[in-house]
Amino acid sequence: MDELPIRSGDDVVRVRQQVRVVAAKTGLSLVDQTKVVTAASELARNALVHGGGGTASVEVVTSSHGRSGIKIGFSDDGPGIPDIDLALTDGWTTGQGLGLGLSGARRLVDEFELTSKAGSGTSVVVVKWSR
Amino acid sequence: MERVPILKIGQTLFVSIQIDLQDESVMRLQEDLAEELGATGAHGVIIDITAVEIVDSFIGRMLATIGSISRLFDAETVLVGMRPAVAITLTELGLSLKGVRTALNAEKGLALLNRST
Repeated sequence: MDELPIRSGDDVVRVRQQVRVVAAKTGLSLVDQTKVVTAASELARNALVHGGGGTASVEVVTSSHGRSGIKIGFSDDGPGIPDIDLALTDGWTTGQGLGLGLSGARRLVDEFELTSKAGSGTSVVVVKWSR
Repeated sequence: MERVPILKIGQTLFVSIQIDLQDESVMRLQEDLAEELGATGAHGVIIDITAVEIVDSFIGRMLATIGSISRLFDAETVLVGMRPAVAITLTELGLSLKGVRTALNAEKGLALLNRST
């Protein structure tokens, strides 16, 4: 498993590249690779902009049915998300963007798990399976 | 941070994005383009994203903003060369890029601009 820092815009690009490499190795189709890289880009930016920086981990996983997939975890030590349901609503934004980052990222992957508590950071784990 | 070069060909500014875009580079491109539009009086902008592997919500929003800014400088923006996987992903993400014209490739984009000016 590769652990990558997210401290700058360059790091966000490096996370994207790493996700692309692993997604291709996992056997995801080009469209699915593009979807998971895009989701990773949104989540890495969130960790940087809202979480004040954090880390990403990328690994290959196998389902109980023998399908392979890519699992990516993001964590930051930022202020956390007080209302997760609200944050996952399309169009809800802290003011900077369109409010599609988090909700859009969730639509682009197969599994999405967000844990956050106000004051103690946020962690998001996503999985995209090969078809 | 890498910068995206802007070429002027006739009345058109041509931008071909060949790097892995980070947020700062897109914001810089937006400023550089506004500057160029003011300095050259160009009437069209073609942004070629043939080499762009992903467009996320931030990059998409910036491309739409470039379209709006160009209009204030009396210029039309055409986005060309979007990859099929990028188009599918953008739509699923919920981004429609309203207000930005698109064409299949640079040649068709240029023809579109020449028709409208």
